Amino acid sequence: MTAAITEDDTQIDAAGKAGFAANIGKMSSHVASYLQAVPLALILGFFFLLPILTIAVVSFWDYDFAGLYPDFLTMNYTDTLGSWVTWKTYLNTLKYTVMVWGLTLLIGFWVAYFLAFHIRTTTMQMVLFLVCTVPFLTSNIIRMISWIPVLGRNGLVNTTLIEMGVIPQPIEWLLYSDFAVILAMVHLNTLFMVTPIFNTLMRIDRSLIEAARDAGANGRQILWNVIIPLAKPGIAIGSIFVVTLVTADFSTVQVMSGGQSASVALMMKNQMSLLQYPAAAANAVVLLIVVLLMVAAILRVVDIRKEL
Amino acid sequence: MSKAAEIDIVSVSKVYGSTTAVHSISLKIPSGSYCCFLGPSGCGKTSTLRMIAGHESISSGDIRLGNIVVTDFPPAKRGTAMMFQSYALFPHLDLVDNVAFSLKMKGVERQERRGKALEMLKLMQMEPYANRRPAQLSGGQQQRVALARALITDPEALLLDEPLSALDPFLKIRMRAELKKLQKSLGITFVHVTHSQEEAMALADIIVIMNDGRIEQAAHPREVFERPATAFVARFMGDHNVLTGRVVESGEGKVTLEVAEGQAFTVAGPAQQPGAPIDIGVRTDRVRLAAPAEKTLGFNGVVTNVEYRGASVKITVAGAGSDDFTVIATDADYFEKPVSVGDAVPLSWGLEDAVLLGRLAA
Repeated sequence: MTAAITEDDTQIDAAGKAGFAANIGKMSSHVASYLQAVPLALILGFFFLLPILTIAVVSFWDYDFAGLYPDFLTMNYTDTLGSWVTWKTYLNTLKYTVMVWGLTLLIGFWVAYFLAFHIRTTTMQMVLFLVCTVPFLTSNIIRMISWIPVLGRNGLVNTTLIEMGVIPQPIEWLLYSDFAVILAMVHLNTLFMVTPIFNTLMRIDRSLIEAARDAGANGRQILWNVIIPLAKPGIAIGSIFVVTLVTADFSTVQVMSGGQSASVALMMKNQMSLLQYPAAAANAVVLLIVVLLMVAAILRVVDIRKEL
Repeated sequence: MSKAAEIDIVSVSKVYGSTTAVHSISLKIPSGSYCCFLGPSGCGKTSTLRMIAGHESISSGDIRLGNIVVTDFPPAKRGTAMMFQSYALFPHLDLVDNVAFSLKMKGVERQERRGKALEMLKLMQMEPYANRRPAQLSGGQQQRVALARALITDPEALLLDEPLSALDPFLKIRMRAELKKLQKSLGITFVHVTHSQEEAMALADIIVIMNDGRIEQAAHPREVFERPATAFVARFMGDHNVLTGRVVESGEGKVTLEVAEGQAFTVAGPAQQPGAPIDIGVRTDRVRLAAPAEKTLGFNGVVTNVEYRGASVKITVAGAGSDDFTVIATDADYFEKPVSVGDAVPLSWGLEDAVLLGRLAA
């Protein structure tokens, strides 16, 4: 009897041990994969999620000229969204975004098209592509400021035109105007359109173009029916870059409009310099939602999964 | 759909920079025939096809389709349609739109063109897949769609650039049969580029064998097999052993040559200048492992390789200046008197099994 019991015990023990070992094995493989994901999760958590959460939380706080007071108020949102100025600023930002998007798309597509289809050797393609990136060796601010001596009242363009006798007096709207803002933004952002479009164009099988020509398509028909549809993913990625960059811009708007135009980001910057952090945070949350909606709209139109 | 055009290629050359891909070739492809361009890669066969299609400019010479010189016409105006090597189906369009593409380019109404495309897909038995994208199809199905797309333009000649090379071996043979059947039923001229001898033999009414930008032989498959025109054709088709030597004696419809190793061989043929270099071809399947009745119709060699192939056995022999003189013996003959690597064997053949090979004027 006793013997039988001990035997049973050892059996149970053995089974338990085996099960335990198997569990450890399973657990350790689980743990290993979680451990592998930890560094990136930590980085994203600290530098991406936490700040966004902080902004979201702060946007509901109360504030005055002296400090911030933890609270749960919707005042910041009602103030922001209830003000005509905010709506005008959003519309202005949207105007910049749409115009810059359209222009960068137009210029970017043709640059990419030229590089991909009209330059015959790969070496030359790479060289010219690198030439496109050269402006990026200087900072955004410097590239922007360089426009001032060109466009200014007594700048390069105006003096040249006057000396040539084309115009009697300097053109005023060249600098510190919407024109200047959009010009600088297009200049800063076109490469973000060129790169992804160039990438997708290079991946188009050249025999497709021959097949289209064989079917009687002329150059314009090939462009419209074959090249543009196949370049859509690149166009979408470039559009996301440009749209997010332009909507978040404040320095270009401030410098190039000479303080005469506003953008949402510039409005936030001004609020922050007045220590109205919760108001700026509420603005940031609204802008984030707007940008996410725009990106979602782009992704709805084009399936970019093929590209990633 | 039954109008077929004769294709006439008149001293056409293709020059890329300083290299000449096609050297002034001339060829007549009769209307309604199945023509295969055969040759190793870089021989100019694809360039020639692309010149017929109009996707490559012609450096000099002319191409006539039917009664019209099409040399300077764009591809779509020539009455040809091309099927590309990787099929080149538009990945962003479904099958109907792929097939209807050329009609769309012509400005045919959407309903009408989709109807016609569906009909064409039905002909190719691809109707159930009409709304799929090319990426969702197998290789054989893609080929059918590519055919449908090429044929919807109602071409007088269909140009196929290695159409079977992307398929697995079994499918290759099936699609090959389908191509032949299609050509018969449509009655239009097919020009098919391939590097597979077997494919060309199986399909063609005329095989055009090209090498180094020149046509080595253009003839019916049987002619190519039985009477290869040049040493290149004999080697490339693989059914003949080539022996190279110099003429020592000729007359009475026979030529005797001597190879560098000293053996003499006789072949039927017109009289030749003594001392002239000459090639003869000996049918691999007619060589016997037996002592020759006549001294100049055989030699002794050493077996270097034996390959069992089921119904036949391929024996490679070194001798008479050739390292890979091939003998294809039936399995019955071989197993009656097997040989192994290293054995010295006598080889012999009949006078009718050897052909005199010509040389191209360089």
